[in-house]
Amino acid sequence: MIYLLCLVLFSIGLYCILVKRNLIKIIIGLVIMEYAVNLAFILFGYRLGGRAPILAQDQTIKNMVDPLPQALVLTAIVIGLATTALIVAIAVRIYDRYKTFDITKIRRLKG
Amino acid sequence: MIELYILLLFMIAAAFIAVQIKDLLSSIIAVGAAGLALSVAFLILKAPDLAITQLVVEILCLIILIRATVKRDTASTKDFRGFLTTIVSLVFIGVFLFFAYLALKELPDFGKPIMRVAANFIEMGQAKTGASNLVSSVILDFRAYDTLGEATVLFTAVIGTLAILRRIGRKKKDEVVKEND
Amino acid sequence: MTKNSKGMTLIVKTITRLTVGLILLYGIYIVLHGHLTPGGGFAGGVIIALSFVHLMLAFGKEVALKKVSRPIASLFESIGALMFLSIAVIGFVGGYFFLNFFINKGTPFKLFSAGIMPLCNIAISFKVGAGLFAIFVALVLLKIDSEDKER
Repeated sequence: MIYLLCLVLFSIGLYCILVKRNLIKIIIGLVIMEYAVNLAFILFGYRLGGRAPILAQDQTIKNMVDPLPQALVLTAIVIGLATTALIVAIAVRIYDRYKTFDITKIRRLKG
Repeated sequence: MIELYILLLFMIAAAFIAVQIKDLLSSIIAVGAAGLALSVAFLILKAPDLAITQLVVEILCLIILIRATVKRDTASTKDFRGFLTTIVSLVFIGVFLFFAYLALKELPDFGKPIMRVAANFIEMGQAKTGASNLVSSVILDFRAYDTLGEATVLFTAVIGTLAILRRIGRKKKDEVVKEND
Repeated sequence: MTKNSKGMTLIVKTITRLTVGLILLYGIYIVLHGHLTPGGGFAGGVIIALSFVHLMLAFGKEVALKKVSRPIASLFESIGALMFLSIAVIGFVGGYFFLNFFINKGTPFKLFSAGIMPLCNIAISFKVGAGLFAIFVALVLLKIDSEDKER
């Protein structure tokens, strides 16, 4: 059930990318999809009643959640920020050239 | 786990508002609300590293997006793209959701992950690396090769952004054109 | 925004002067304790970048660029990348890539433990912080440039 909510979040981002005409709205859709994928990874690695995967002094904890998806997502979040900045840079350049964010009006190829 | 459901419903509502609202600044702030809710969700799911990272990354992402949109003409853009495109997109998303639902049945249930590799990491992590933060020991010791690849992607993205945004190249081209004339 | 008073109002400037050092210190703490507590190079690098972004937003671009200019940011990013790669290559001395080459890994739960991991955290934080700050500086400079053109 909770996976299904995560999928709904993903499909909202997908709808935004497919239907909207504004470039900034498309970037927002990409960001929402990224959130959904990150959340899905962590949900797959969660264990009921688990503890955070950080060892403490003088105590033995055995029921930890899975540290592997957390490690993968930790890097993916920062990469997502860098790629978002790259897309924003391209969008700003397009705006400087065409004076609009509307993707249906960006048709002519200007050198 | 009821708080997790509430947070996810809040995120879905924030994402829906971000998609549908007309003003771009409000839309970006709605995305920020979704991202901060995601940070709290990470905290509930016992991932404090991710909660810290998501919090600070979300702030920087908001600053970059607001910098990109503020003072630009965004009111003249209409969002409607025609009935046919909308219907085809909705049908496509429906098909996607159906197949994703079929695929979800094959996954393990929520709360009972398959931890074949991770059990090894948890047991031997401290003895092999000496670090008490197991996530850190995975990204910097057991799977450091992945981290090197991700660092390369980050480097490439930064270089690409700087190359797109620099203004020296265009000036030189204009000068060359003038000389040719 | 008039030309005489660059940046934001006096209240924002005063609060920034008080908090920006603490933010930078918190970022360094997160980086150095990455192998013991939640955090690490990625989160700490973003916090360090945010402290400079904070300075730039409050005081205008000249003050922040006097502290860290764009070539210096690029230099730090390259230093981070090369440091991370050289730590990886030094592992070949013992046999394979990314070998944790310290034989004595120190006592657990102390600051100086876990072999190469604090060094890797510092390298990654250089890389992430300098890279993100360079992106932000590029966006800000471009924005002011295009506004000048329109006038």
